[in-house]
Amino acid sequence: MSVAASSGDAASVAAASENSAALMLMRRHRFRWWEALPWIAGIALYLAFPDYLGFGCDLLVTILFALSLDLALGYAGIITLGHAAFFGAGAYTVGMLASYNLWTEPITSLLMAAAVAAAIGFLSGLVLLRTTGLTFLMLTICTMALLEQAANMAYPYTGGFDGLPSLPIAPVFGIFEFNPLYANTQYLFALGVLFVCFVFVRILVYSPFGQSLTGIRENVLRMHAIGSPVRRRLIVCYSISAALAGIAGGLWAQTTAYVNLSALGLDRAATVLIVLILGGYGRLYGAFVGAVVYLALEHFLAQIYPTAWQLGLGLLLVLIALFARNGILGLGETLWRRYVARRGAS
Amino acid sequence: MTGIRLETQDLCRSFGALAAVQGIDFKLAAGARHALIGPNGAGKTTFINLLTGVLKPTRGRVLLGGRDITSAAQAERVKFGIARTFQINRLFRGLSVLENVCMAVAERAGMAGSMFYPAGRRTDVIGEAMGLLQMLKLADTARHRVSELPYGRQRLIELAIAIALKPEVLLLDEPAAGVPSAESHIILDAIERLPEHIAVLIIEHDMDVVFRFAKRVTVMVSGAVFVEGTPREIEADPQVREVYLGQAGPAAPRAAHG
Repeated sequence: MSVAASSGDAASVAAASENSAALMLMRRHRFRWWEALPWIAGIALYLAFPDYLGFGCDLLVTILFALSLDLALGYAGIITLGHAAFFGAGAYTVGMLASYNLWTEPITSLLMAAAVAAAIGFLSGLVLLRTTGLTFLMLTICTMALLEQAANMAYPYTGGFDGLPSLPIAPVFGIFEFNPLYANTQYLFALGVLFVCFVFVRILVYSPFGQSLTGIRENVLRMHAIGSPVRRRLIVCYSISAALAGIAGGLWAQTTAYVNLSALGLDRAATVLIVLILGGYGRLYGAFVGAVVYLALEHFLAQIYPTAWQLGLGLLLVLIALFARNGILGLGETLWRRYVARRGAS
Repeated sequence: MTGIRLETQDLCRSFGALAAVQGIDFKLAAGARHALIGPNGAGKTTFINLLTGVLKPTRGRVLLGGRDITSAAQAERVKFGIARTFQINRLFRGLSVLENVCMAVAERAGMAGSMFYPAGRRTDVIGEAMGLLQMLKLADTARHRVSELPYGRQRLIELAIAIALKPEVLLLDEPAAGVPSAESHIILDAIERLPEHIAVLIIEHDMDVVFRFAKRVTVMVSGAVFVEGTPREIEADPQVREVYLGQAGPAAPRAAHG
């Protein structure tokens, strides 16, 4: 059989469907039962802990933000420390539109937040993605710092250090009002937004485009050598990731009804990175696990040790760095494989 | 099927003061089986990098099928039909063997940019990759991570990825380097079974391989073409022997130790 005859004819497709590796690839994008769990948990939290819905909103926003970073960092291997730039861009878009009563409809506001963040991601990506590694990392921090200073200096419009308080947000679908005291509507809205964004990211990472991002992460030189337009793919990925971060930022502004400079700082950029590393990057659900663990730790440790709760978090991070390089999910996967192997052996 | 597929005219590349490739005029015919040999540091890999666009020449031109591609980027040249393998494996080590080949197939088929259709439903891509693995007798390792495989097998995947691009010109940079001699025949068999219309240029140190495979041989020394000819002519050339024995450069007088 010659190589020329090996193109995707019926025989080789049939042969592929008998091969476990090919079957695995063909089935990888299908939903598995446990993927419903985060959403069941999300609704359960709503029903069981109505007093914690403010915390819940915070959690959902953090998950979405970490998910946006996962696309760039976990899949395409774009190591950035300036992702809060896009979060902030989204937050200020929603905040300023609402604060000046220009636009308060929540869903279209989020779309505008996404567009603004994507534009910033695209333009900065055009320049920054010519570099790699540490240079790129430093430049992402610089971009974020520029935006932060711009927001600070434009205080007549952005409120500067004090930010924009008491944002008016129109009811969702014109019916469900955002109540500042009870976060029921905010929570369900945020859950819905997260779900839509998650489905989008999930489709993306299992598409050929998502696969090629993985290829770029694994071996960028080889991607060039198979004819892949690497830089274009990276810029597209970076812009999409920025758009999602912008939605997260917009959602944060809507659920908390205020915007301030903390949306843009290095603090937030570092936190989301920690969340993602904690949960495990490049595996979709790392954002969920990381956000839950991080915020739960923050919440409970801060109650026990109000002054030194970050110490506990630091210790956990050291342990993760030493023993679970792929985060909590990666550790879980390893243990599960070991368990299956042992069960198979005995 | 006839004619020149790939041609270089006065191709030069310097790294600072070092002229790694100097003034190479080279022609690769359609369907050629051409070997490029020469001592270490002769500039063979630099030459390949110039052909594939990894490096830009300081002077000279590269033509593919008569068309000037000197300024084309690496990825563009792949689309034009130039594929290569690397001297040291460059694979997606964390991915399975099948995923490695699928990556190349999807990219060649021009569908790697599509975002909203699951890659798993492209059974044509997966099927083609699987067929290629079967042809190279790699089907049983398809689900293994590349990093788990022995080096010889990894070399085959390197070849599989290049073939998956369906090139017109295939550049093989020491395809059997680092492979135990007991296994190298697998790679050589695969190379011998390449479709006839592909023009193949192979860099190789093993003279048995060169003489078994190549119909034409170019010897490079110090960045320049030293001599070109049929394997028989090259084998019989006393100057080539000297170069390979490391006793003299191209300009050294042979009479000194005749």
